[in-house]
Amino acid sequence: MELTVNGHSVFAHTGGRSFDPARPAVVLIHGAGMDHTVWSLQSRFLAHHGRSVLAVDLPGHGRSGGEALGGIAELADWLPALLDAAGVSKAALVGHSMGALVALDAAARHADRVESVALLGVAERMPVHPDLLAAASAGEPSAVELVIGWGHGPRGHTGGNPTPGLALIPGSRRLMGSVTPGVLGVDLAACNAYVQGSEAAERLSCPSLFLLGALDRMTPAKAGRSLASRVKSSQVVTIPAVGHMVMTEAPDATIDALTPFLGLRRG
Amino acid sequence: MADAKFLKFDTQSLHAGQRPDPATGARAVPIHLTTSYVFQDVDHAAALFNLERPGHIYSRISNPTVAVLEERLATLEGGVGAVCTASGQAALTLAIMTLMDAGGHIVASSSIYGGSRNLLAYTLPRFGITTTFVSPRDLDGIRAAIRPETRLVFGEVLGNPGLEVLDVPAVAAIAHDAGVPLLIDSTFTTPYLCQPLKHGADLVMHSCTKWLGGHGVAIGGVIVDGGTFDWEASGKFPTLTEPYAGYHGIDFAEEYGPSAFVMRARAEGLRDFGACLSPMNAFQILQGVETLPLRMKGHIHNARKVVGFLETELASEKGSVAWVSYPELVDHPDHALAARLLPKGAGSMIAFGIRGHGSGGGREAGRRFIEALTLFSHLANVGDAKSLVIHPASTTHAQLDAAALAASGVGEDMIRMSIGLEDCDDLIDDLKQALRAATKG
Repeated sequence: MELTVNGHSVFAHTGGRSFDPARPAVVLIHGAGMDHTVWSLQSRFLAHHGRSVLAVDLPGHGRSGGEALGGIAELADWLPALLDAAGVSKAALVGHSMGALVALDAAARHADRVESVALLGVAERMPVHPDLLAAASAGEPSAVELVIGWGHGPRGHTGGNPTPGLALIPGSRRLMGSVTPGVLGVDLAACNAYVQGSEAAERLSCPSLFLLGALDRMTPAKAGRSLASRVKSSQVVTIPAVGHMVMTEAPDATIDALTPFLGLRRG
Repeated sequence: MADAKFLKFDTQSLHAGQRPDPATGARAVPIHLTTSYVFQDVDHAAALFNLERPGHIYSRISNPTVAVLEERLATLEGGVGAVCTASGQAALTLAIMTLMDAGGHIVASSSIYGGSRNLLAYTLPRFGITTTFVSPRDLDGIRAAIRPETRLVFGEVLGNPGLEVLDVPAVAAIAHDAGVPLLIDSTFTTPYLCQPLKHGADLVMHSCTKWLGGHGVAIGGVIVDGGTFDWEASGKFPTLTEPYAGYHGIDFAEEYGPSAFVMRARAEGLRDFGACLSPMNAFQILQGVETLPLRMKGHIHNARKVVGFLETELASEKGSVAWVSYPELVDHPDHALAARLLPKGAGSMIAFGIRGHGSGGGREAGRRFIEALTLFSHLANVGDAKSLVIHPASTTHAQLDAAALAASGVGEDMIRMSIGLEDCDDLIDDLKQALRAATKG
């Protein structure tokens, strides 16, 4: 689905069903240097369980035009414009990593547009090592290697992918390698600079789900639980043996957690 | 900042794609001899069919044992995914059927496995897919053979049986300039010796029957998707970039990004053409893959020793060897290329010609040589742990006429050997006595 947001073309995958603004909407927000394809299973599941899905490519990513936006708050402010373009007044937000910060910030500052938030691989702060920031900004392949190396837990590194025949690490390498050089640097800099996570969590008024990988080395589960403790009402699900790439390392567990949280039923 | 750590090749050969079985704790890969899988409930069934949840439905499309082999081979090649097939030939057919329709055209190396040549030259034209064959050393010829309807460039890292080395990076650049992918048959080299995706290829296939299995007990194939080719930008692959009515209207490039090819190959190709790999064969091939690094080192060691012996025979005035072809030899036309693409070794295939004495020339001497061998097995296979030998002109390439034989680099005196893992002194002794027997008349 092609939309125009703030004058730029934006692509959103709709999970194999036409987007119907009359149905409850879910926006899936990918992490740094990625695109909508990280949600391929979840977007189809949501779309066939009563939701209208926007698995969006953020500006400058995937099939969307424009420049990558340089801050979490800027991305959070972009989301209401996306909902306007889609003809939706309110949506559930599901975000991963950088996308989780965007969802968190949007839910805190645009509460009237957000039904609920599910935050995957999230922490109050996501500091990025200066060497990684520099490599990512320069578009060096080593930056992708560092992100996917640290980002995957043992299931990613050793394998046993529940989707038959697919290899997670090479898949992530190709996906991030196809991003416009420098975009990963913009994304990581946005994560690094964001310091309002704690404040945003305390302002959350909508239902929230924290979906954490027990072996996450980028946003450790302990940090995710700490952030969740600042929210008035939150659910925390920690998935064993999983790293930072929660939705690709554990697609079933992700769906199993989202199903009761969003009240999903086939239809 | 700490470097990113990834498991190394030898470790991946043993572990990639598998965790100890969660139900039983079994360390070895279980053989899942089942046709089908019980659904948890109606919604779970619907979600599996609709690609909303990962998992298995029916073993023609996927199977847990086969999936371990697929993920392991994808990992060893550096690809985003793989589909295993009933044979290497099925892998090649699946790749072609996934990429093109009737009217499609292929540019292929003229030095390829005889079975692949038969498929491309004789069988696929019946379905409207034609092939132009070009010498793997003729880069300008490859470029010139590409037409608007070309959908694939295909070659082998090491030509069969001439052992030409394909300049994979150069051919990949030619293919990409034309907006088509490069498929490499890497059977002779295995990912231990060469990972074609790192050299620019987009797809890699193997006959797993050969070095990957190594034991000569199981037929199987695999196609690995590098995830590198931009199907959308090319605009020539509607099977991957337009909604497919046969599977929920899925646009594979939109839905799966870098994994578009491998997802379509499974969802359509295995489902409809059905050339799936048996889980028993997958298990047997996995046993071979576990020792692939060790075995390839042994193959290379023995091949170099045998080449040294043949070189000595060649240098001898009374020697019975007319010529020797092995890409590591300095007089091999692709010696420099082999050093660049195959730094760990140029495989364990050796071709040589026997000097004919008396009637029948090299062809008759070749016949006597093969029949005199006792340790080498005369059969139509390569890549076994046991040493193998064949006379291509009368067997694997017998379908070719004289011109095609010449274009394929097959002389009537050519002997092709697949060097195994026996003690190399025993192999050389066997060769010595067979050469004596072949030439004493």
